[in-house]
Amino acid sequence: MSRRITRRRLLERTLRGSLAGAGLAVGLPYLEIFLNENGDAVAATGAPLPRRFGTWFYGCGMNPHRWNPAEEGAGFELTPELMPIGRVRQHISVLSGFGVILAGETNHVHRTGVLGTLTGGAPATTTENDGPTLDILISDAIGSSTRFRSLEMAAHGVAKDSYSRRNENAIQPAEPTPVDLYMRVFGPGFTDPNAGVFEPDPRAILRKSVLSLVAEDRARVEKQLGQADRARLDEYFTALRQLEHQLELQLSAPPPLEACQAPQRPEAEPVSQDIENVVRNHESMARVLALALACDQTRVFNVVFSAGASGLHTAGSSDTHHTLTHEEAKDPKLGYQPQATQFVLRSMEAWAKFVEILASVQEGDGTLLDHAVVLCHSETSDANSHSVTGLPIMLAGTGGGRVRNGIHVRGAGETTARVGLTLQQVMGLNVAKWGFKANETSRPISQILV
Amino acid sequence: MSMPVHSRVILRATIVLLATGFLVQGCDNGAAPSVVGGPVAMRRLSETQYRRVLGDVFGPEIQIAGRFEPDGRRDGLVAVASAFVTVTPSGFEQYEGMAREVARQVVTEPNRSRLISCAPPDPKVADAACSEAVLRQLGPRILRRPLEESEIGPRIIAAGEAADLVEDFYAGIELIVTSLLVAPDFLFRIESVAKGAGADGKSSLSDATLASRLSFLLWNTGPDDDLLAALAEGRLSDPESYAREVDRMLASPRFEEGIRAFFEDLFHFGEFADLGKDPIRYPMYSAKVAADAREQTLRVVIDHLVARQGDYRELFTTRRTFMTRTLGPVYALPVRAESGWEAMELAPGDPRAGILTHASFNMLNAHPGRSSPTLRGMFMREGLLCQSVPPAPADVDFGLFNADDDPRYKTARDRLEVHASGASCRNCHVLTDPIGLGLENFDGIGRYRPSEGGAAIDASGDLDGERFGDAVELGRALRENPLVGECLVETAYRYAVGRVPGLEERPLVRHLVRRFEQEGYRIAALMREIALSEGFQTASRPAELAKALALDVSPATGKSEEGGS
Repeated sequence: MSRRITRRRLLERTLRGSLAGAGLAVGLPYLEIFLNENGDAVAATGAPLPRRFGTWFYGCGMNPHRWNPAEEGAGFELTPELMPIGRVRQHISVLSGFGVILAGETNHVHRTGVLGTLTGGAPATTTENDGPTLDILISDAIGSSTRFRSLEMAAHGVAKDSYSRRNENAIQPAEPTPVDLYMRVFGPGFTDPNAGVFEPDPRAILRKSVLSLVAEDRARVEKQLGQADRARLDEYFTALRQLEHQLELQLSAPPPLEACQAPQRPEAEPVSQDIENVVRNHESMARVLALALACDQTRVFNVVFSAGASGLHTAGSSDTHHTLTHEEAKDPKLGYQPQATQFVLRSMEAWAKFVEILASVQEGDGTLLDHAVVLCHSETSDANSHSVTGLPIMLAGTGGGRVRNGIHVRGAGETTARVGLTLQQVMGLNVAKWGFKANETSRPISQILV
Repeated sequence: MSMPVHSRVILRATIVLLATGFLVQGCDNGAAPSVVGGPVAMRRLSETQYRRVLGDVFGPEIQIAGRFEPDGRRDGLVAVASAFVTVTPSGFEQYEGMAREVARQVVTEPNRSRLISCAPPDPKVADAACSEAVLRQLGPRILRRPLEESEIGPRIIAAGEAADLVEDFYAGIELIVTSLLVAPDFLFRIESVAKGAGADGKSSLSDATLASRLSFLLWNTGPDDDLLAALAEGRLSDPESYAREVDRMLASPRFEEGIRAFFEDLFHFGEFADLGKDPIRYPMYSAKVAADAREQTLRVVIDHLVARQGDYRELFTTRRTFMTRTLGPVYALPVRAESGWEAMELAPGDPRAGILTHASFNMLNAHPGRSSPTLRGMFMREGLLCQSVPPAPADVDFGLFNADDDPRYKTARDRLEVHASGASCRNCHVLTDPIGLGLENFDGIGRYRPSEGGAAIDASGDLDGERFGDAVELGRALRENPLVGECLVETAYRYAVGRVPGLEERPLVRHLVRRFEQEGYRIAALMREIALSEGFQTASRPAELAKALALDVSPATGKSEEGGS
C-alpha cells in the first residue's frame, strides 16, 4: 500500500470532504454585514438565528400564598416572593396552579415534582423515570448541529445533582464550577467564529480516526449483549458520535457570529453550598453560558441553582434550606418560616440575574433572551408538606417571538405536562400530545402563545 | 483443554469443600448448594478501577487528570449501580481527553523506552510490525483479555495512516493507545458466558469474564500477567488451577486494595467527594481532615481484617486505630508522628472504640451544621444490618418539630422525641433514632462532646433488645448482633456479582453465612468461598440471547470461549 493512497483513505474517512488538507488557512469575509435587513437571520447564509431552550431549577419551592399573583394577564401585581423579579418582569411569564397529578402514585419527596414536570408524569419508583426529560427531547430535535447537544451546570457545585436524563442511568453530569464550564466550552477545541483566519488542527483528524475505529467495532461488542445493555451501549455510541461531530466542526471554518465573543476565564472561587458562594458562582456561570449561546456552541442548557431538598445554607447556621422548611417554626405573626423564605427570595433574585444576563447580550434585532425560552421551576410549591400541586413555574424569553412575556397565567390544578407540551411546540417539535398516565395532555397553554 | 461445562462447575464446587477442609455432613451445614448465577452484566469501571488498571499497565509515572462520571448507587452499592449506569456525552469527552493525555505521556521519554518494546528504524515513518507488537503487548492488559484479530488489523492500518499524516511513528502508537482507552471493552467490564453451554440455563462464565470478576473482586483491578497467562492457556477451566489462582490472589498484597474498595462502597465513602461543613460551626474541619478521617477508617479495616486476619465483628469494638497530626485535634489526642500515620491503642476508659466512633462515619452521616441521629441510624440499619427503612411520607406534618435553636429543646434527643411522637413518623424513626442517638456524643464532624446546649447528652438506648449506655456499648451490641455477619456476607456477594442475588441463590447465600461463621468471620475466607461458589462462576444468558447463541454451539472445535471480560 503506497503512502499516498493510505493518506487519501484516512482523509476521506475522517473528513468527508469538509477540508482539502491539513494545515490549510482559510480567510473569511469577516467584515461583511452579519445579518440580513430584517435582522432575524445571518446574512451570509440566510440561516435564521438559532433558537435556544433552557431550564433553570432551584430547590424547595416557595410559600404559595406569598408567591402566586392574584390577577391574571398583564400588569399583575408582584407578590412578596416575586418582588425580586421586578426589574426583568417584562421578560418573564408566571405560571401558577400547574402541578404533577399523582393519581395514586407515591409522592417521592423532592423527586416527583422535578421529574414530573420534566418527563410529563409522576415517576413510579425512586430509581426509574418514565421518559427522557424535556431538554433531552428538545436537544434531540435542535441540538445536533452545535458542538454540544446541551450544557449542564450546577451553581452549588455538585456535579451529580443534574436532572437532565434520557433515563435514570444516563444522567448528564453538570459542570460544577464556572472554570469547568469555561474550559469545556472555551478551552482547547473552541474555534472563534470571528477570528477571520481558520486553521484546522491536524490532531483533530487523528482524534476522529480513533473514534471511527471504535465505532466500526460496534457490531462485535453488541452481539454479546442483552437488550438492556444494548440500550446502554447505544448511549455510549450516542456520546461518541457527539464528540465525532464536535471534531468535524473543528475541521471546518465556522460561520461568523456577531454576538460571539469568548469570555475571560473566570477566577477560581470557593465552591460550596454557602448561599453567597452559590450566588457568585451562578452569576459567573451565567455569563459564560450566555457567551456559549451567543457563539452557538449549544442551543440547550440546564442550570441547577440548588438541588431538590436544597442543601443551601448560610455561614454559621446549623440548618440548610431543606431542613429549615421542615423544622423552622412558622412565625405566627408573619404566617411563614422567615429563615427558609430567605432562601426563596435569594433564589428568585438569582433567577432574575440570570434573565438579566441573557437579556444583556445583543443579538440581531434584539437580545439573546429574545431568541431563547427558559423554564424556571422547582420540585415543590410548599416544601414543608412536599406539595407538588401549584408548582412555581416561570418562562423567560420569547423563543423568537413565539412566547408572550410579562403575563400571569393561572392553571386550575392542571398538569405541568401542559407546560412541557407548550415548550416542545414552541421549539418546533411536532408533538400533539405529551405526558403519561394522569398527566397526559394534548392542550398547550394557549394564553402564553403569541 | 476443555471439559464439559457441567463437570467444570461441579468440580469447582467440590474444590470449595476440599480446600476448606470442611466435611460434608448433610445439607444443613455442609455442601455448597448447586445454584446458577444471575444474568451476566456490563459494568462501568469505577474511577478507582480505571486508575488502577492504567497504573498496572503504564506505571505510576503516568498522570491521569480528568473528571469521572458520577457513580450511582443501587441496592446499597455503587458496584450494583455500575451495571446500570452508562456514558453520557460530557462523560465521554472526559474519557477521550484523559485517554489522549495518557497516550501522549506513554510515547514521551522516558516512558517510551520503558513501555514500548520495539523501535522503528526511522521514527518518522510508519512501522506496522512494531505497531502490532505494541498493540499485542498492551491490548490484553488494557482490555483484560486476549485481543481478537478483528481488533488488531484496523488499528495497525489507522496507526500507519496517522504516522504518515504527521510523519511520526509515535503518533500511530498514541492513536492505538487512545483507541483502546476509549473502547467500550475498556470502560465497561462486558461479561459473557462460555460457548456451548446453557441448554438447561446453567452456563459457566467465559474464562475471560471469570478472570476479570475474580481480579476486580479481590484486587479491584484487572488481571495481572499471571492470571492473563492462565486465561490464555485455558487453565481457568480447570477447577484446581482456578482455585490455585484464587489462593495466589488472596495471598497477594493487592488483596488489601480489593478489601479497601469493598468497604469504601459499603461505607458510602465515595460521598466524601461532595462533603462540606459549615466553617463557622466547625472551624476545625477541612478537606484534609475529611480525607484523613476516611483513610483512618480504611486503615483500621485493612489492618484488622487483612493484616491481622481478625473477626469482622470486632471492627465495632477494636481500640486499635491510626492517627495523623491533622486528625489529632478532632480526637483531642497528641500525635507524636510529624507526618504520616501513627498506630495507637485507645485507653480502656476512652469514650471511643470501634469504627462507628470514628470521625469518618460521624461527619459523613450528618448535616453541614449538626449531627444527625437519623442518618447515622439509617446507615447502621441499611448498611450494617441489611434492614430497609421506609422513606418518610410526603405529607408528614412537621408542625411538631422545631428548629434546633428552639431553647426548649437542647439536645437532638429532645428534638427527635417531639418529632417522632406523631404515629406516622414513629414507625420509621423508631428504627433509626434509638441507635443513631447512641452516637450523639460525636458532633457533626465527629468530635467528642459530653453535652449539647448545656444539657448532658444521653447516648443510651437499645439495639433490637440489647441495651447500651453509650457508643462503646453500642459497638458491643452490634458485635453480638447476628445480623451483622449475615449482612456482610449478603453485601459481599452482591458486590461480587454486581446484582442482588436471585431467589434461587438464597440457599447459597445462607451457606456462605454459615461458612463465614465457621471460619471466624474472616474476610479472606469469605471472599474465597464466594470466588469458588457456583453463583460466582456461572450465569444465565440474557433471555433473548440464549436462543440465538444456542444455535451457535460448535462442540467439535473444542473452542469454548467468547470474547468479553
